[in-house]
Amino acid sequence: MAIITYREALNQALREEMGRDDRVFLMGEEVGVYNGAYKVSKGLLEEFGEMRVVDTPITELGFAGVGVGAAMVGLRPVIEFMTWNFALLAIDQVVNAAAKMLYMSGGQYPMPMVFRGPNGAALQLSAQHSQDFESWLAHIPGLKVVTPGTPYDAKGLLKAAIRDDNPVIVLEGEMLYNTKGEVPEHDYIVPIGEAELKREGSDCSIITNGKMVLVAMNAADQLAKDGIRVDVVDLRTVRPMDVEAIITSVQKTNRAVVLEEGWEIAGIGAQVVDYIQRECFDHLDAPVIRVHQADVPMPYAKGLEKLAKPDLQKTIAAVRKVMYLD
Amino acid sequence: MATKVFMEALSPTMEEGRLVTWLKQEGDAVKSGEVLAEVETDKAVMELTARGDGVLRKQVVAAGTTAAVGTLVGIIAAADEDIAALLGGAAPGGATSAAPAASAPAVATPSVPAAPAPRAAAPAAPAAPATPAGRALVSPLARRLADESGVSLGAVQGSGPGGRIVKRDIEAALARGPVASSPAAPARASAPVRTGEAFEDIPLTQIRKTIAKRLSESIGPIPTFYLTAEFDLSRVAEMRTAALAIGDAFKVSFNDVILKAVATALTQHPDVNAHWLGDRIRRFGSVHLGMAVATDDGLIVPVIFDADQKGLRAISAEAKALAKKARERKLKPEEFTGSSFSVSNLGMMQIDQFTAIINPPEVGILAIGAIEDKVVVGPDGGFTVQPRLRVTMSCDHRAVDGAVGAAFLQTLRRLIENPLLLSF
Repeated sequence: MAIITYREALNQALREEMGRDDRVFLMGEEVGVYNGAYKVSKGLLEEFGEMRVVDTPITELGFAGVGVGAAMVGLRPVIEFMTWNFALLAIDQVVNAAAKMLYMSGGQYPMPMVFRGPNGAALQLSAQHSQDFESWLAHIPGLKVVTPGTPYDAKGLLKAAIRDDNPVIVLEGEMLYNTKGEVPEHDYIVPIGEAELKREGSDCSIITNGKMVLVAMNAADQLAKDGIRVDVVDLRTVRPMDVEAIITSVQKTNRAVVLEEGWEIAGIGAQVVDYIQRECFDHLDAPVIRVHQADVPMPYAKGLEKLAKPDLQKTIAAVRKVMYLD
Repeated sequence: MATKVFMEALSPTMEEGRLVTWLKQEGDAVKSGEVLAEVETDKAVMELTARGDGVLRKQVVAAGTTAAVGTLVGIIAAADEDIAALLGGAAPGGATSAAPAASAPAVATPSVPAAPAPRAAAPAAPAAPATPAGRALVSPLARRLADESGVSLGAVQGSGPGGRIVKRDIEAALARGPVASSPAAPARASAPVRTGEAFEDIPLTQIRKTIAKRLSESIGPIPTFYLTAEFDLSRVAEMRTAALAIGDAFKVSFNDVILKAVATALTQHPDVNAHWLGDRIRRFGSVHLGMAVATDDGLIVPVIFDADQKGLRAISAEAKALAKKARERKLKPEEFTGSSFSVSNLGMMQIDQFTAIINPPEVGILAIGAIEDKVVVGPDGGFTVQPRLRVTMSCDHRAVDGAVGAAFLQTLRRLIENPLLLSF
């Protein structure tokens, strides 16, 4: 299997799906001539032309709305937001139009579209440009929300998202674009709504998704040196969530740490913990602990930013705590 | 942090224990795992060990006192720690679980060597219990495990934050050996089985259920019937003489040969080498042979584990050692629980034959009478003198039908009358 970057995996997904179905088109800021702000759409304009790869003005609400309209008349748009921080301007089209259209039209207008782009913090981009919106989006009935953490999942989930007849939110990560991993050359998808046990252990479950998968895997490596073996459950999709995978793991290990990128209040982890307390109550040997971003706007100062973010040390400390080791 | 020392359940049926001697005095430094006191249970004199580090600050119960399982008997704490509050406190789990009922003698737990339980780390130093007095802090998992295994939470010292009882504490309690059943635990006949035991649970057929129900109404709760057979021990006698001629090391008793023959016969009759568990029958993959031993204090049944896989010499040596330990009251709980079938021998007391009482949840017991020279009619019609042995098997009819018990005795007869077969 070829080892490629997360960025290249997304590029392959777009190219393969645009080649496979001529109703698929890409639209957003700098996606064409500039090859994408993060080069995800590199070479696509050249290959598919300007009818299929559309550069837009800096008008998030406008091009999100054009995407909804295109989907209503049978096209399959992929709308790129340069980052999800900018997508706040377009949130009415995402939440009130895309997510509601099938329902409010009595089933007349399916919404086979994708909204995608990098989500959450990178490095020192400060408070307005370092936000994780996965729980905002996962809150909305009518949307599907996927958060690939590896190149394999990025390609498989984006392809599945493009083929889905519902609006699918694909949350990528600036810090993930250069990460590498094995990606098959053949056509495949990662089904939406299926978690993956990325690592098998017996002592504690780390339930996580997106960018935090790498943190969890590193934590698992470190903990293994102390003889602690953890399950790493990568949710991959946060809506609809693979509750069965969570239950199976926690019933096995009796302990859980829920690791997420975003803020604590009403975060994805809160939902995961709710499933655990409901389905695994008699299997728990310790309270479930969440690891998340500090409940503050992201600081710009490097040291403070590090303190605010969920990371390896915090994850290891949480696992040791639920195992009553510290 | 202070550690409360409780009267622990040190035998499967222990409800209370007499604190014989304090081996640590007030003011002595103690470490977790050190022996604090000797406790006389209903079966033996056992050691009560410390479950925390510090100084034995208080002997709450004086030597010679009898205390119910779960009763606070001492306090281990730092030399300068204020323990006044602890002395007034109740046992964790509350008063109810502090007095476990032994209403279900069949409830027992895996008997495994009483090694200190492995711990991932030293217990976290808990703060003062955060809940009102009498309310035990127990993780949901630990509570479920305790319920399932019959561990009394009152006798378990929690090692989690704030003294919370967690999974490892229940595992440690199980590893320490048999514990009294919790009164909250439903009475169920979970059989004493060693960890890793090979067995097969056979669901009850309808006919089996009907037999069990009807016969229990007739003779209950165990509808027992008895089968008596008389064996010719001539060849066993010859074998013993021949073996002894080889050397003293090969000296075996009649009883040893009978034990070996019973173990061998049981492997061919798994229906008899079984436990009745109420809703199913558990057949064992190997033979754990209980042998009743009379002691000054009463009857006890030590177990020769895997007797079917042991040779005559091993069985002989083990039977001798177990009987000696039994008489000296030195048997550990794991040495007298877990039998799959039992044998009781009163032959040495010149009892011709008798009926033994089944030790539930076993489904049979074999009573061995005295060996006696008798005149019998030989195959040619003439008279011969033979050493004869009468055995009577008590069978639990819920699990064992007459023909099944009889077939077992046929096999036993073949083995005892042709002891050469025991070497095959």
